[in-house]
Amino acid sequence: MADKKYTYAVARIRSLEVSLFNQAVIEQLLACKDEKQCLQFLAEKGWGDTDTPMNADAILTREREKIWELIESLVDDMSVFDVLSYQNLFHNLKAAIKETATEEKNPNIFFNDCAIDGKEMLDIVANKDFGRLPENMRQAAQEAYETFLHTRDGQMCDIMIDRAALEAIYEAGRKAKDDIIRQYAESTVAVADIKIAVRSQKTAKSMEFMRKAMAGCDTLNLEQLIHATLSGMDAIMDYLAGTRYAGGAEALAESPSAFERWCDNQIIETIKPQLTNPFTVGPLVAYVLARENEIKTVRIILTGKRSDLPEEAIRERVREMYV
Amino acid sequence: MSGIVWALLGAASAVILAGMGSAYGVGVAGQAAAGVVTEDPSKFAKVLIMQLLPGTQGIYGLLVAFIALSKVGLLGGGALDLSLETGLLIFVACLPIAIVGLVSAIHQGRTSVASIGIVAKKPEQFGKAMLFPAMVETYAILALLISILAVSSIQV
Repeated sequence: MADKKYTYAVARIRSLEVSLFNQAVIEQLLACKDEKQCLQFLAEKGWGDTDTPMNADAILTREREKIWELIESLVDDMSVFDVLSYQNLFHNLKAAIKETATEEKNPNIFFNDCAIDGKEMLDIVANKDFGRLPENMRQAAQEAYETFLHTRDGQMCDIMIDRAALEAIYEAGRKAKDDIIRQYAESTVAVADIKIAVRSQKTAKSMEFMRKAMAGCDTLNLEQLIHATLSGMDAIMDYLAGTRYAGGAEALAESPSAFERWCDNQIIETIKPQLTNPFTVGPLVAYVLARENEIKTVRIILTGKRSDLPEEAIRERVREMYV
Repeated sequence: MSGIVWALLGAASAVILAGMGSAYGVGVAGQAAAGVVTEDPSKFAKVLIMQLLPGTQGIYGLLVAFIALSKVGLLGGGALDLSLETGLLIFVACLPIAIVGLVSAIHQGRTSVASIGIVAKKPEQFGKAMLFPAMVETYAILALLISILAVSSIQV
């Protein structure tokens, strides 16, 4: 009966899903003349609070906060959601290592809504007190820190930490009792590996680099993907066509931004079945991811409007919506 | 054990098992209903009906128990001196609503939760949404029918 403990929460989420932006609302947002009109439209839809300043960053930050305020009010054990913040957590580690080693100060580069915020992460890295980090971060943190200190190779530091993040996500998925976390982990790691392959092909990276950067998952054969990458973009597309990520091959053939959009859409595809699931934590996780995707899409539109990009160019970058 | 004990056990089973099923069903559907009303209080009446659907099994169990108790004279008069065979017959006659009541109420509760999800998103589809948990009711009614027929036809 454990899956019934989220019955109340899922019913609330079902009601809230009605106010998620669907494709029609996104079209209305796209039809706005400029950023100011977009912000007005968002305010009418209830985005931000009455005391939130009328600027994109403030509104989007407030919306992100609202997601977690809601989830915290619905769920006692927040550990199920930890895996969703791993990428932000590891990003904080990367930023802290670089800041500590270069002594540059950029307070706005940290995510402060995860288990270890920027200030604490800087403190940990500055004191080399890696024991305070979660177990799955310690080794990668130490190695990346030493590598960056000795070689000043920022990219190497990044791939070491990114790989550790992917491995942590995959491991969390493997241990998870809930299907949604398993599927999220698999999809996130596989899409990240495909992104690494595509970027490595474009920048002519070596086999060794890719082996260091990619993390294993169940739905991709890394050796085949690496060999395809070394052979060229067509080989990557041929390999992907034979996997469940065939859509990625089509997106790659279309354009780079179509591929980026496909990568984000994969997560939405993964969570879509949760729309019809009345029990378990699945719909809650899906709602968080859907809201994040929604905020990301709105950010893309606002940035596009601010930079006076043509509507078609913005439309190409708009992500698929959950509802 | 004498026959009256078996007869009483049958009546108790009908109330206990069907009641347990209904308590679970109404409880789980109530949680979902509360979730919807938290966000949209205007849907209260619709989700309340959904919540009550799994409650009928408990009433059916009570009905069969009443018939069984009055049959053996435990209501309003002295208990009859039943043979072991007659007592067992009454016990077995109560089992359909006891067991089917328990299982069907649990499933009806879960179906109600799913249908409350429909009402949350598409309140205009309330009629269709209500039919899904109502379908489960069929089997509780069939079991009730057999239990009533069986208990009523036993000669004491």
